[in-house]
Amino acid sequence: MIVDPVTLMVALITVATPVLLAAIGELVVEKAGVLNLGVEGMMIMGAVCGFVVAHHSGSAAVGFAAGMAGGAALAMLFAVLTQLLMANQVASGLALTLFGLGLAALIGVGYGGRDLPAVYRPFPEVWHDIAVIGPIVFSHSALVYVALLLVVAVWLVLTRTRIGLVLRAVGENHDAAHALGYKVVRIRIAAILFGGACAGLGGAFLSVVRVQNWLEGMTAGAGWIALALVVFAAWKPWRVLLGAWLFGGIAALQLRLQAAEVGVPVALLDASPYLITIIVLVIISSDRSRAALNAPAMLGRIFHTSG
Amino acid sequence: MIALEKRPQPARGWVIGAPLLAVVLTMIAGGIMFAALGKDPVGAIRIIFWDPLFSEQFSGYSRPQLLVKAGPLILIAIGLSLGFRAGIWNIGAEGQYIVGALCGAAFGLAFWPSTHPLIFPGMVLAGLLGGVLWAMIPALLRVYARTNEILVSLLLVYVAEAMLASAATGWLRNPEGAGFPGSRNLARHAGTDNPELIAGTGMHWGVLAAFVAVIMAYVIMTRHVLGYQIRLAGQAPRAARFGGVNAGRLVILCMGVSGALAGMAGLFEVAGPAGRISIDFNVGYGFTAIIVAFLGRLNPIGILLAGLLLALTFIGGELAQLMLGIPAPAIQAFQGMLLFFLLALDVLANYRVKLKRRVAA
Repeated sequence: MIVDPVTLMVALITVATPVLLAAIGELVVEKAGVLNLGVEGMMIMGAVCGFVVAHHSGSAAVGFAAGMAGGAALAMLFAVLTQLLMANQVASGLALTLFGLGLAALIGVGYGGRDLPAVYRPFPEVWHDIAVIGPIVFSHSALVYVALLLVVAVWLVLTRTRIGLVLRAVGENHDAAHALGYKVVRIRIAAILFGGACAGLGGAFLSVVRVQNWLEGMTAGAGWIALALVVFAAWKPWRVLLGAWLFGGIAALQLRLQAAEVGVPVALLDASPYLITIIVLVIISSDRSRAALNAPAMLGRIFHTSG
Repeated sequence: MIALEKRPQPARGWVIGAPLLAVVLTMIAGGIMFAALGKDPVGAIRIIFWDPLFSEQFSGYSRPQLLVKAGPLILIAIGLSLGFRAGIWNIGAEGQYIVGALCGAAFGLAFWPSTHPLIFPGMVLAGLLGGVLWAMIPALLRVYARTNEILVSLLLVYVAEAMLASAATGWLRNPEGAGFPGSRNLARHAGTDNPELIAGTGMHWGVLAAFVAVIMAYVIMTRHVLGYQIRLAGQAPRAARFGGVNAGRLVILCMGVSGALAGMAGLFEVAGPAGRISIDFNVGYGFTAIIVAFLGRLNPIGILLAGLLLALTFIGGELAQLMLGIPAPAIQAFQGMLLFFLLALDVLANYRVKLKRRVAA
């Protein structure tokens, strides 16, 4: 057999985690009625901040915190533009990506190939050797489990708490939420910052845990795939997890097929995660009954009150 | 407290003033960024914006480069602006640019080493069709499967880059290139080259096409019913629908035109300044063109000026890299900053700033 299913599962989870983190953050942002297309820019900022700080501090955890801060700082720019200055969200998101890619590359000059501290793996070494479930379930770094817990937490907060209800109300009808006395702009800014921190954490995972190096443009479209996952998931946290694993599976599988030199052109394998994301998007979007109903009604709309 | 009051119509003065002020603010913020990098801020700004045009030492080389770099930016941005006005977001121009270059180069190489005078026009046509083909994927998916064109067009950039890599290392590789990646040099072969039309100006067929595109876009937007439909669809989609504007047709048309122009820009680049297909021949014009389109207010004349300005930052950035050792990505951050300031200042065009006293309820 050219591909070992156990190592494939392990790789799948590692590859899926950055996208999962970014997508779950973006889901919260979109639930609040804001479309932030700058995920790619926030992720790469998280990747570079996480790498640089982890390298200097000698602590991966401090690096992750820096990654979150980097992503959130960029998200703050977006929040000011779209919430306080009422700028177009599509254009602002694109600006965020273009600026983030440039700024991250600038910060990262000379950092490629520097050494990194080891990451913390919460389960004892002996557990990793248990057949099949050992590597798949217990061998990962702490952040992989944090990402899974985050999915559960976001689902719980959105569906079972008052905060979640208010957030969704703002996303579904901001004028009504405003009339009820909720601070639409503040809630949205908080959601945008949360989304930025999640994207930054995803980026930091990519550079500090998965690749363990800094490369210019290393996110390679992961931020855009995260955006696609939110649509694919019909704005439901559990389906974001499913989508991230699907994407991770394809990305991990194509790398293994390239290494095994099967008779498929390399270009097609390289492009496969993007192509399959597009195909999945098409299937989901063309389902007339579902796609349109689940999108937050105020997605991308500008809120402005004269009062 | 400060309150914003929506203006019934954008303020005319700020529509023109905002981009100018954005440029000034970007220079200041950029200066701070360069100072943070430990470089002389005033010197850096001078090298980027002044020296390429007026310094005796550099202008001989830089001035023609202005048109060489502005050509593709303007050509792509004109196409994008039509869609952006109608609320159709093609952000994958970089991919259409690559596919256009691949198709055009493949056409020229198919007849190698012929120098027939019809080969270059054929290459332009092939580049155009390649760009259209690539843009039709998100366009048709949006019309017939209601798939978000932003995500599809962007994801297709990565697919196009994979195709470019396979072309440069495989099916378009120079058979006499000793196995190195990259195609034959199209620019150094009569029949497939996109030459400098007027010596010493940087003017090539692509720049000429960009100027024609500016004029055409101006006429369409101000004098043709299509321009009216585009503006209507962007400002009032519902009214457009009731007014008989076919939304699907508009999507296909706008995406098709922007794909065609981006594809042509790719071909002109690969047959001229770049010379050949190589793994990294694309330098991000497709993305910078988005900034050009916004900075030019989606207006053809504005785009012409914005294209020249962004071209200047590319040339000045290279010069600053050479003279001051400012890292290349700094200029990309600089361009992104410009878009930020522009978007932020737009609030002044669309809203009136009022100082209000809080009234006791």
